[in-house]
Amino acid sequence: MNKVIEGVAYVLGNDVDTDQIIPAEHLVYSLSDPEERKNYGKFAMSGVPADQAGLPDGKIPFTENGQSESKYSIIIGGRNFGCGSSREHAPACMEIAGVRAVVAESYARIFYRNSVDGGFFIPFESVKCMVKEIKTGDDLVIDLNKSTLTNRSSNKTYELKSLGEVIEIIEAGNIFEYARKTGMIPSA
Amino acid sequence: MGMTITEKILAAHAGKESVVPGDNIWVDVDVLMTHDVCGPGTFAIFKKQFGENAKVWDRDKVVIIPDHFIFTKDTHANRNIDILRQFVKEQSLPHYFDVGTDRYKGVCHLALAQEGFNRPGEVLFGTDSHTSTSGAFGMFSTGIGNTDAAFILGTGKLWVKVPESMCFEFTGTFPEHVMAKDVILNVIGDIGVDGATYRAMEWRGDAVMSLSMEERMTLCNMAIEAGGKNGIIEADEVTTNYVQQRTDVPYKIYKSDKDAQYIFKKTYNASEMEPIVAKPHSPDNKAKVSECVDVKLDRAYIGSCTGGKLTDFMAAARLLKGKKVKIDTFIVPATREVEQDLYKEKIGGETLVDIFKNAGAYLGDPSCAACLGGPQDTFGRAKDNQVVISTTNRNFPGRMGSKQSYVYLASPYTAAASALTGHITNPAEFIYN
Repeated sequence: MNKVIEGVAYVLGNDVDTDQIIPAEHLVYSLSDPEERKNYGKFAMSGVPADQAGLPDGKIPFTENGQSESKYSIIIGGRNFGCGSSREHAPACMEIAGVRAVVAESYARIFYRNSVDGGFFIPFESVKCMVKEIKTGDDLVIDLNKSTLTNRSSNKTYELKSLGEVIEIIEAGNIFEYARKTGMIPSA
Repeated sequence: MGMTITEKILAAHAGKESVVPGDNIWVDVDVLMTHDVCGPGTFAIFKKQFGENAKVWDRDKVVIIPDHFIFTKDTHANRNIDILRQFVKEQSLPHYFDVGTDRYKGVCHLALAQEGFNRPGEVLFGTDSHTSTSGAFGMFSTGIGNTDAAFILGTGKLWVKVPESMCFEFTGTFPEHVMAKDVILNVIGDIGVDGATYRAMEWRGDAVMSLSMEERMTLCNMAIEAGGKNGIIEADEVTTNYVQQRTDVPYKIYKSDKDAQYIFKKTYNASEMEPIVAKPHSPDNKAKVSECVDVKLDRAYIGSCTGGKLTDFMAAARLLKGKKVKIDTFIVPATREVEQDLYKEKIGGETLVDIFKNAGAYLGDPSCAACLGGPQDTFGRAKDNQVVISTTNRNFPGRMGSKQSYVYLASPYTAAASALTGHITNPAEFIYN
C-alpha cells in the first residue's frame, strides 16, 4: 500500500448524498465493461448543487465536459459524507474519475463500508472539519504513517483519525483479499 | 448484562452466546436480496472473485426482485434486466420475479414481506438502503453494496459491527390523522440525518405495537434517513398473523431483555403527535404541517416502499373520495398485490381505483418509479422547478428527477389533503369535518 497519497483537492460540504454523487438516471451503465464504465467518471458529482460544487467558490465542475477523469483526486467533505442510497456506483464513480482518498468529518455507514470492502479509495476521518480549511484546487498530501493531511498550498498540517479496525481490509485491498489472507475463502 | 433484540439476533447468527456493541463478527445470512440496479454489478464481482462457473452458496436464500427501472425505453436499463435473467438461468434460482410475467412484483421491500421472505429472528441483507424496512418483522436487516452482496453470494457470510441500540418508545394512542410517516419524520427531525449513524433504531411502546405491519414497515423503512444501520420492532401476534399467511418456514422470536443497554432512549406521548413534513432538501428538515400551509404545490406523488402500500392508498382514498384534485396527482402502487387490492378494496361501495380516477389522479404501474427520479421517461418524474408533496423517503436535491425541483416529504393523508387544495394542508381538516 502506498504510504503517501498526493493530489488536488475538491471540496464539498455536509450531507453529500449518493444521489448527488451519481444521480439515479445514470445507474444503468455496466461497471465491468471497460468502455461503458467510463460514463460513471463522466457523471461523477453531477448531482451536486452548483453553489456547493467545489467550495468555497462553488460552480466548479468535478470533471470537464465529457471527460471521464477528474484532475481532483482527493475529496474533502464535512459530516455524513455519502448518505442515502446503498448504490456502490457512488464510490465506484469516484474511483473511475481518479479519486484516491476522501477526507471527511464523518461518513454514512453504507458508503464507508462500500469504500473499504470494495477497495475503491481510502475514506479518512479528519479530527476537525476540513471544509473551511482547504480550498478546491489546493495541493494536498496524505501521510498514512503519520496519519496527517498536509495542505502544501497553505503549509498547514492536520491530524487524521486512525483507520482503526478496517485497516486490515484496506491493506489487503478489499474484502475478498482480506478473506483470502485470513483463510476464510480459498486463495485464487 | 442484558441484550437488545438486535444483539441477540446477531449473536445467534455468529454462533455466539452474547455480543456487545462494537464487536466485529461474521454472521450467517438467511436471505440476500438484490434488484435490477445492483444485481448486474453484484453478479460481475461474484464471477470475478469466485470464478465464471461458481455457484451461489444457497439457491433458496437468494431473492432477486427487479423494481427500479422497469417501465422505460432506456436500453441500458432493459439490458440490466436481461443480465438478471441470464444469472437466474445459470444458477437455477427459484426466487426471481421477472418483468413482464405474472411473477413480476414491484418494489422489493414490500415484495419481500408479501412473498414471505421477512421472518422474525432472521438476518437479511439487500443491495438497497431501504432494506431496513424488513426490521418491522423482528429481524435484522440492512442495506449493503455490490461487493458485500457478491461476498455473501459466494460465502453466505458477512462481517458486521454490532451496532449500539437507540430506543424510541411511543405510549398512548396516535391521533386518527397521524400516520407512521409523521412519526418517523418527527424522529428524524429530532435526531438529524446522522443521528442514528452505525446504530440500531428500536421502536417500542403500546402505540407502536398497535400499528399494522404496513405502518411498522414505514417506521423501519426510513431508519436509513437518520443514518441507522437497522430499524427493528419485536414480533407479536400482528407479525405472526402476517407471516403465517405467507410462509411455512419456521422462525424464532427474539425480544430485548429488560436490562438491555441503550445508548439513547426517548419516550414520546403518541397522542401529542402531529402531521409532519420534511421540507426541501433534507429528510430532517422537519416542520409541522400547520406551519407550512402557505406552500403552494404543483403536484402530489403517492407511492414507493415508504408510501405506496395498501394502508397508504386507503388513507389517500378516504380523503379523495367524491372530490377532485387541484394539482397533478400520481398514484404508484408499490407492488402488483397492492395494485390488485386497489381494484378490490372499497370505501362506501367504490373501489380505490375508481376513487382515484374520479378524483382526477393518474395511476402508474408498480415500481420504484419517480421516488428516485430514474430514466427521463419515468412515470411522475419531477420536472423543472416544480414543488412536489410526496409520500416517498428522500428529498435530496434532484432526487425525484429535476435538480431544480422542491420536494416536501409527507404522509399519505397529508399528500391527499394537499392534492385537494393545491397547498400543504393538514388532513385533520378533512378527517374531522
